[in-house]
Amino acid sequence: MLTFVQQLLNGLTIGSFYAFVALGYSLVYAILKLINFAHGDLFGLGAYLGYTVFVYAAGVIGSRFGLWGLLPAGFVAAALGTAGAGLLIERVAYRPIYPIGRLPAVVSALGMAIFLSNFIMAVWGPRYLAYQEAFIPTGFWQIGGFRIRVLQVLILVSSLVLLFVLYYVVEKTTFGAAVRAVALDRETAALMGIDFLKVIRFAFSVGPALGAIAGVFVGMYYRQINFTMGWVYGLKAFTATILGGIGNIPGAMVGGILLGILEALAAGYISAAWKDVFVFAALMLMLVFRPTGLLGEKVAEKV
Amino acid sequence: MLLQVDNVSVAYGAVEALKRVSLAVSGAEIVAVLGANGAGKTTLLKAISGLVPVKSGAIRYNGRELHKLPAHLIARLGVVHIPEGRRVFATLTVEENLNLGGYGCPKEEVQRAKDRVFQLFPVLRERRRQLAGTLSGGEQQMLAIGRGLMRSPKLMLLDEPSLGLAPLLVDQVFATIEQINKEGVPILIVEQNARKALSIANQAHILEVGRIVLSGPARELAADARVREAYLGGAAYERRLRAKESREA
Repeated sequence: MLTFVQQLLNGLTIGSFYAFVALGYSLVYAILKLINFAHGDLFGLGAYLGYTVFVYAAGVIGSRFGLWGLLPAGFVAAALGTAGAGLLIERVAYRPIYPIGRLPAVVSALGMAIFLSNFIMAVWGPRYLAYQEAFIPTGFWQIGGFRIRVLQVLILVSSLVLLFVLYYVVEKTTFGAAVRAVALDRETAALMGIDFLKVIRFAFSVGPALGAIAGVFVGMYYRQINFTMGWVYGLKAFTATILGGIGNIPGAMVGGILLGILEALAAGYISAAWKDVFVFAALMLMLVFRPTGLLGEKVAEKV
Repeated sequence: MLLQVDNVSVAYGAVEALKRVSLAVSGAEIVAVLGANGAGKTTLLKAISGLVPVKSGAIRYNGRELHKLPAHLIARLGVVHIPEGRRVFATLTVEENLNLGGYGCPKEEVQRAKDRVFQLFPVLRERRRQLAGTLSGGEQQMLAIGRGLMRSPKLMLLDEPSLGLAPLLVDQVFATIEQINKEGVPILIVEQNARKALSIANQAHILEVGRIVLSGPARELAADARVREAYLGGAAYERRLRAKESREA
């Protein structure tokens, strides 16, 4: 029981990382039917931007406002910087290619992924960088047999809040309806007066910003980052996207959380070395038995 | 002149879909464009609303050059295009579909427009929380028209509003179109159901393989022998009409 609860908590934490990154894939896919392979590396970029702010602003902000002043600064800078990178990538690598077709855009996305991870390596070096204790909340609560870390609570609470905000914006506001309308039928959406480029910019800024926040959290949680982290998390998050139903916003959240829990339980009960086997086995089973994903069900369209 | 289509050509690759088409809509009239499948009717409306680029010629609306504007800005000028096949957003609710019809308009205006649409189509009010994809074909057409009315249209472009509807519904849709027009909205309608379209239109144009071959007042076109032959059912229709006339006499 103790292992179960502990692993469930770990799974939720890891799952919220996946959910964050999966949202970026899903948002872009919903609108452009493009798998933005560069998204995983944008997540990596976010982790490095956060790291940089923490290291260089620790003296200025950290000394004056303490850890709880430093943290928001790091997150905001990472989110804004990564959103900017996302918009830039859309502008230079995808927009000129949309008219040619989807496959060339996917190739361009792969190219951007390779470029980004190499860019990170060129700027920050190929070695692991350590998120130092000075900028990680290290406290924990000991309740009975198991411990809850302050960081975990922070991750779970901010995930819940941010996921809810995004869910609300996409599902409950008129702008969100416009985003979904563009995803369904770009032409008719334009006839409604909806600016396609505005919706694109939304997807390519909010997705990477959320990815960056996850990147910083991963750095804090595992204490180290590497320029290849975008590939690993990108692949897992992409799996989560498929599990939940690609192009489906709540689906990406559910897929991410489920994947995290599955991984943590597999690691806890079977073997940590085998956890990826279960993750990708789940993907294969889903693809065989329910290719639309958990929530990827379509309403029949009447003509 | 509210809308002036001036020598407009549109091409899809090497295929010219519209060849130097000119027509105009003025005042609160109904202008019908008739033609067979593939004549370029839909392309004409798409060119006006900015969905396909104009190769040559000009489209002017209230002094603005529409052919230089992107589709979403044309829509915001009050040029409302109700596309062929309804094209409602199937996985959005009826109400969300309507809200998008007034996208970018002030909230109070959207609410007022929505009340008006619900008055016109009470069934939409009943089904406001339902997904649009679950509506019947007729209800979807009402939603498509209602969605178009959300932005207090200054010009309405209607593409085949009767397509796939039962005869009773066709009558209802055309009655609605006439009513909208009576409230002062100029309408450019494209139809295969020539008889229906001519019965409500003031002006009409016949489009054949991308070219306008005949234009004139709707009543004259309805009486034109060529039009009757090609678009109103030809000889068989004439016989039915004569039979009807003799019965009535």
